[in-house]
Amino acid sequence: MVELNANIPEGPMAEKWTRHKFGVKLVNPSNKRKYKVLVVGTGLAGASAAATMAELGYQVESFTYSDTPRRAHSIAAQGGINAAKNYPNDGDSTHRLFYDTVKGGDYRSREANVHRLAEVSNQIIDHCVAQGIPFAREYGGNLANRSFGGAQVSRTFYARGQTGQQLLLGAYGALQKEISKGSVKMHTRCELIDVVTIDGRARGIITRNLVSGEIERHVGDAVVLATGGYGNVFYLSTNAMNCNASAAWRACKKGALFANPCFTQIHPTCIPVHGDYQSKLTLMSESLRNDGRIWVPKKKSDSRPASEIPEDERDYYLERKYPSFGNLVPRDLASRNAKEICDAGYGVGPTGDAVYLDFSEAIGRLGRDAIEARYGNLFEMYNRITDDNPYETPMMIYPAVHYTMGGLWVDYNLMTTVPGLYAIGEANFSDHGANRLGASALMQGLADGYFVLPNTVNNYLADLERDSVDVSHPAFVKAEQTASAKLDKLLAIKGTRTVDDFHRELGLLMWNECGMARSEAGLKKALEELPKLRDAFWSDVNVPGSGDDLNQALEKANRVADFLEFAEFMLRDALDRAESCGGHFRLESQTEEGEALRDDEAFAYVSAWEFKGVGEEPVLHKEPLVFEEVPLSQRSYK
Amino acid sequence: MAEKKINLTLNVWRQQAGQEGAFETYQAENIDTNASFLEMLDVVNENLTCAGKEPIAFEHDCREGICGSCGALVAGKTHGSHDRSTLCQLHMRSFEDGDELTIEPFRADAFPVIKDLIVDRSALDQIVSSGGYVSVKTGSAPEASTIPIEKNFADAAMDAAACIGCGACVAACPNGSAMLFTSAKVSQFALLPQGAPERASRVKEMVETMDRLGFGNCSNEYECAVACPKGIDVKHIARLNREFIASRTRKKK
Repeated sequence: MVELNANIPEGPMAEKWTRHKFGVKLVNPSNKRKYKVLVVGTGLAGASAAATMAELGYQVESFTYSDTPRRAHSIAAQGGINAAKNYPNDGDSTHRLFYDTVKGGDYRSREANVHRLAEVSNQIIDHCVAQGIPFAREYGGNLANRSFGGAQVSRTFYARGQTGQQLLLGAYGALQKEISKGSVKMHTRCELIDVVTIDGRARGIITRNLVSGEIERHVGDAVVLATGGYGNVFYLSTNAMNCNASAAWRACKKGALFANPCFTQIHPTCIPVHGDYQSKLTLMSESLRNDGRIWVPKKKSDSRPASEIPEDERDYYLERKYPSFGNLVPRDLASRNAKEICDAGYGVGPTGDAVYLDFSEAIGRLGRDAIEARYGNLFEMYNRITDDNPYETPMMIYPAVHYTMGGLWVDYNLMTTVPGLYAIGEANFSDHGANRLGASALMQGLADGYFVLPNTVNNYLADLERDSVDVSHPAFVKAEQTASAKLDKLLAIKGTRTVDDFHRELGLLMWNECGMARSEAGLKKALEELPKLRDAFWSDVNVPGSGDDLNQALEKANRVADFLEFAEFMLRDALDRAESCGGHFRLESQTEEGEALRDDEAFAYVSAWEFKGVGEEPVLHKEPLVFEEVPLSQRSYK
Repeated sequence: MAEKKINLTLNVWRQQAGQEGAFETYQAENIDTNASFLEMLDVVNENLTCAGKEPIAFEHDCREGICGSCGALVAGKTHGSHDRSTLCQLHMRSFEDGDELTIEPFRADAFPVIKDLIVDRSALDQIVSSGGYVSVKTGSAPEASTIPIEKNFADAAMDAAACIGCGACVAACPNGSAMLFTSAKVSQFALLPQGAPERASRVKEMVETMDRLGFGNCSNEYECAVACPKGIDVKHIARLNREFIASRTRKKK
């Protein structure tokens, strides 16, 4: 019987983390080198955790499926990173950052974790500046800040439109430093294909060398999954092509509960879909909403070019509906409103699934140079993809899957329900509730990796009894056999449809029934369709080549096979959560005006799902959410 | 976004590790000009798979020009254009119906071919390992506002830091030199006060590693700067050279 204990420390909210750090057991420096921690993933969370734990003296092994740690998808984050520094003197504080994040998450995150996140936010900026990350500066030499959706203060630090890149290269530099010292052993082009548990504890992983095809066993005292989110279940998303749910899913199959899988973030400012050959969607940083105004024509199906639509025939619908936040409402509201207005027939562009993001007013007010300095690289990117020039015509945007707030369930120590197995960064669920605020993903990844896990992992390792388990243990042998057999099976099917073909079909099903708007009938229908698609995959997929060398189709097939199982968790979770919250609009749960209606009485809990077998109904465990500091209220950004 | 379909002939380098490679010819048919170059390759690969052949292996991930995974010589140009674009950001509207294109992996002594268009660029990580960072332990940083940095310097450091590590500079260089890559990192930290304590050892170690790993020397061809998708300037190479000389003359304690 799984028991959920979040292990939230006693004491006032603002003192919990400090008290906890004092309360955790320590491992003395000379003993640290006796423990080995396996860290899977080298994004912001994984690279920072691996580097920091190595600095502390642990033996660390780091794993990535990429050719180098620096490719991890954190690199693509554009906008910035939040911190409660209050340099602009506009009333920010740790408490306000905490408050905004809980409220922005639509009251579905755990208060204590979020408060800790806000507390360490400032240390992250200090550390990253010391690493030589070239954050934007004012003329006086001080750090510059900008505002972001869901906040009324300017607390976002940024490095042009490449903040994720710069922060990741900082963490990557720290990791390379430890690699050169021999304190981190790096495994590149090496993908996790199973988690190994012995006596209920995480003791290692099975990997596939993506160049030689070799299956390898790795033993450790703790395993950390920093393996990102599952947005690619939708096929089209802003995630990188290789992002997948496999590590988290394999952990789930080994006993880790999966929390809030239906909470996915649909980002409002992406380039609209334009063809069936399309492989991914491209995000335009949310920071564009600082100066861009979102509108659609007041007339339905208006086919005139934007320039021919006079000012009084334009509907700046966000400014009209939410006068105090205007275009800077949180992501979920911006996305849902765009979908609603397009569904109602006001959308623009060839498909009608787009709205305008218009910079002409800002260019008129600030000049083209100022806009170029702020968003030049984004405008260039837009121009490359669409062949349109946003300095002259408004951008067209539409929401796209971007981030997943759900993830492996973790306690306050970031440990899953499997002792010794940790999940950090986007791979866990804890900090963003049902909706993540802009510039908070980078903050959370680095908070977990630099400052939280390196403290909390001590508590587990200090109590660990040393044993002589090695990779010859039967649990390793069995895990390797199971994983190999699965790969062999995929290669043996030799069916008629490609992996992408199945992935596309799965994506469409999930987007239609488990995207921004959901209904009981639709979800039930999808739960009937999904097993059929899974069966079709296992009888008719065509995976060319062999398992003995580099085989990208096999890698992809193995990931899509996991998506096809995991998707069921998303559908079941969405079905259970019969309320509208965050970006998720449940058709049965709306106000008389058609606004989202959250149901705190019935749903103020974290859904943690226990795997019972493929196709079997998973068991729901509930962690009740208690709000001591941020009183529950229906969000209003009007 | 006007819609147009084109047909192309591709001569693609196919190679297994440790074996000799050769060009094979494929038709890319009915390609939407709004598709990216990699999406065009996806279409070709889907057809190859359905025809019972092995798809072309090529590296890619973010497909938005920032991860640095993709890259190949297309018609002799790294990333297929010299338009400050990665291969994933190159769109098929840059090509004409009937074009014949040669697609090869990046060629350099320090980048052995793994398969087809995929090469091993791990030597670049080793260069970074030897000093491309500021050695600051987590937790030991001073309050961020105590390190003011003149905006011009911060901006110039950011220009250098924009490198995505794709290796096009090495592939474009007739000597297979990694000077632009290495100098970008050296420059970033030479421009910032945080880089000062390790300034001399950084440049020395990084250059030594670069030489040891089989990268060629710089003979000022400037092909690297033309090839760079992020517009990293050759002035960083000049700065590296100054830093390198200064590191040799600096008094040892």
